[in-house]
Amino acid sequence: MSATLIEQGTQEPGFKRNYLNTDHTIKSWLLTVDHKRIGVLYLIAVTFFFFLGSIAAAMIRYELTSPHGILLSSEVYNKTFSAHGILMVFQFLVVAIPAVLGNFLLPIMIGARDMAFPRLNLLSWYMFMVGGSLILLSFAMGGVDAGWTFYVPLSTISQTQISICLVGIFITGFSSIFTAVNFIATIHKMRAPGMTWFRLPLYVWSHYSTALVILLGTPVVAITLFLVVVERTFGFGVFSAELGGDPVLFQHLFWFYSHPAVYIMILPAFGVISEIITCFSRRPIFGYKFIAFSSLAIAFLGFLVWGHHMFISSQSVFQGVIFSLISFILAVPSAIKVFNWTATMYKGSVHFSTPMLYALGFLGLFIIGGLTGLFLASLDTDVHLTGTYFIVAHFHYVMVGGTILAYLGGIHFWWPKMFGRTYSETWGRLSAIVIFAGFNITFFPQFMVGYLGMPRRYHYYYTEPSWQFYHILSTAGSTVLGVGFLMPAIYLTYSLFKGKPCGPNPWGAKGLEWEHCDSPPITENFAEPILVMDNVYNYDPAADSAKYENEEVDMLGGRS
Amino acid sequence: MAHAHPAHEGPEVYFQYESLDQQQESYTLGMWAFLVTEVMFFGALFLIYTLYRMKFHEDFFLAHEQLNWKMGGLNTVILLTSSMTVALAVHFAQKGKKAAQLTCLGVTLLCAFGFLVVKTWEYGAKGDHHLYPNWTFSYGHEEGKEHKVKSFWDDTLPQALHIEKKEMHGNPERAKLFFSIYFTLTGLHGLHVVIGIIAITSLMILIWRNSSLITDYVPTELVGLYWHFVDLVWIFLYPLLYLIPR
Ligand SMILES: [Cu+2]
Repeated sequence: MSATLIEQGTQEPGFKRNYLNTDHTIKSWLLTVDHKRIGVLYLIAVTFFFFLGSIAAAMIRYELTSPHGILLSSEVYNKTFSAHGILMVFQFLVVAIPAVLGNFLLPIMIGARDMAFPRLNLLSWYMFMVGGSLILLSFAMGGVDAGWTFYVPLSTISQTQISICLVGIFITGFSSIFTAVNFIATIHKMRAPGMTWFRLPLYVWSHYSTALVILLGTPVVAITLFLVVVERTFGFGVFSAELGGDPVLFQHLFWFYSHPAVYIMILPAFGVISEIITCFSRRPIFGYKFIAFSSLAIAFLGFLVWGHHMFISSQSVFQGVIFSLISFILAVPSAIKVFNWTATMYKGSVHFSTPMLYALGFLGLFIIGGLTGLFLASLDTDVHLTGTYFIVAHFHYVMVGGTILAYLGGIHFWWPKMFGRTYSETWGRLSAIVIFAGFNITFFPQFMVGYLGMPRRYHYYYTEPSWQFYHILSTAGSTVLGVGFLMPAIYLTYSLFKGKPCGPNPWGAKGLEWEHCDSPPITENFAEPILVMDNVYNYDPAADSAKYENEEVDMLGGRS
Repeated sequence: MAHAHPAHEGPEVYFQYESLDQQQESYTLGMWAFLVTEVMFFGALFLIYTLYRMKFHEDFFLAHEQLNWKMGGLNTVILLTSSMTVALAVHFAQKGKKAAQLTCLGVTLLCAFGFLVVKTWEYGAKGDHHLYPNWTFSYGHEEGKEHKVKSFWDDTLPQALHIEKKEMHGNPERAKLFFSIYFTLTGLHGLHVVIGIIAITSLMILIWRNSSLITDYVPTELVGLYWHFVDLVWIFLYPLLYLIPR
């Protein structure tokens, strides 16, 4: 993949230097310290892991079309859903937006030449690859059957390759810690003159909040998983009931990270959505400070709600009430963001380009995902719904409907910037619609079958054959969803070679990356030093609308 | 952001920075951010320790008597000394006194090795007493070793003051839990000491060679910050593990 990316550029007449064509060797890519190239390396890596995770998902869906199971034995089914969860959470969702788009855009958005620590940045990528390789190695050596949550005592007594897998996750975790250290130092110290905190794009604010969560949460899960490895290897027991240890303590420590991990996944998505919505509504964002501070509020409150995963794990009712209450409070800052985005669109001149369609899809799905989260945060409904497909549907709405749609929206929005070429708008819009439809067909039936009582992680349901209808519907939807994900993979790759070269600002957007930076950017990002004079998002609805129309016509090759 | 320094002699400024100040501030901030992560990393273990100690206080008290507080005390002194020398090294680095800086770092390195030697003794002794918390563990099964150690604070003084002494019973399985935590905490701390040794050694080699990487005091300061953190963890570990009150 990297070799193919390098090919282009030299063939163009009027050769223009940029970060892609400065050097063409594989070595120059593998030893690069350029944050943009590292972003591209991450893009290739996470796409690969997403592809593997999707294969596991397809196997799960195929298995569930029959009440008796058709493809996998029980052991292999356990290993399949574990592989799906582990790859998607640790090797895709947690890293996708920060590591790909964050690495690429953060320095440019604040007017810097690179991250504060470029070599540490490259080290993060290598650690990510080593961690991912160990995880894949553990699958190749027979797999892992404890799910992505690794609850003890299952994970300490299981005979599968859990230790290798956990070491891989540990290394990946430290990779994201180093990325977070880099983000924090970069945002604090590398801003261009005039780039005050309140002139930062909201994208930067959300990445700052994400970095804080990573810094505070990831080490806790790292040590927790490490203790499981120690218990398996040396026979020490901190979580073993027979040694006086407490298995529930594992759950507390695990969710202390893994609830905030949801915000590691969704906060960068919020940042992407803020950028897209304000650009395609041609209006300054409504309530800039509310959105910025709600990110920080989410980062803070996110650490106080982990117990809502443990309402039925021997937690006292008093604890349950407190965790439930804070979980409800946590819905407020998320809702603030949604209202502000909606208010931004109100009376704006909204353009339904591909990134905007993805962003609107995000809004719809995130609202459903968030509101069903409230069902699960209330004590009595949770007792009925926990451990069922209702939960599966809820977190897929948040993680797939939220994070992946925002990720794809961001990729489509900044693709012209990253590679200097445009993709087909027609195919882009079609893919957004297909993914939205496929997603809902896949996961909405899971709410219903979960409410009826279908437990998660089961692959037989022959006692209730009537559930087959929902499962077949879900599997059919996942096929549509799979086609939807394949479409961008094809037309975006195609655009690398045959896409129409575009200027620095194909969307007529505001921001340093659009207004002061070539597409693709030069290695130093900016030809001249940056001095920020304007406030962020200074769109003028009336004036910009006309200008934008022209550029869109131009970009679509005459169609509109 | 300050204006770019004129390109006269002095520490190298990397391409991504505008000025030396910016570079130094970035490095220091990055190190602090990393130490926040480290605090959370050890924090989780301290939390586990606290919960179990509250729950199984008697067992933990009896198990902790198997640890040698003199050895731990010696290590505390060693690490405190090294903290002082590393602070002096940063001081001399800022003054540009290379020989003194190297000497201080050398003493720090010696202390680090000394710490590891004492720790290895202790670990060895635990092995002799079958206190590794795995299948070889046998605690409280040896006859005649029923916690007869008389101490001033726990026996002599309470008797002199006619304070009723609470009878304590230890559960060997809980003692195993104590030693699990003991070995995990001190083992991870020891690993950090080893990383510190590698960092200090590399720093000394670079200074010795007059490498352009180290024309600046900040690398010494970063290593110093890290080393202070390692010491600080021990300052918490020592009383928590070795000096549990009755
Ligand atoms: Cu949660």
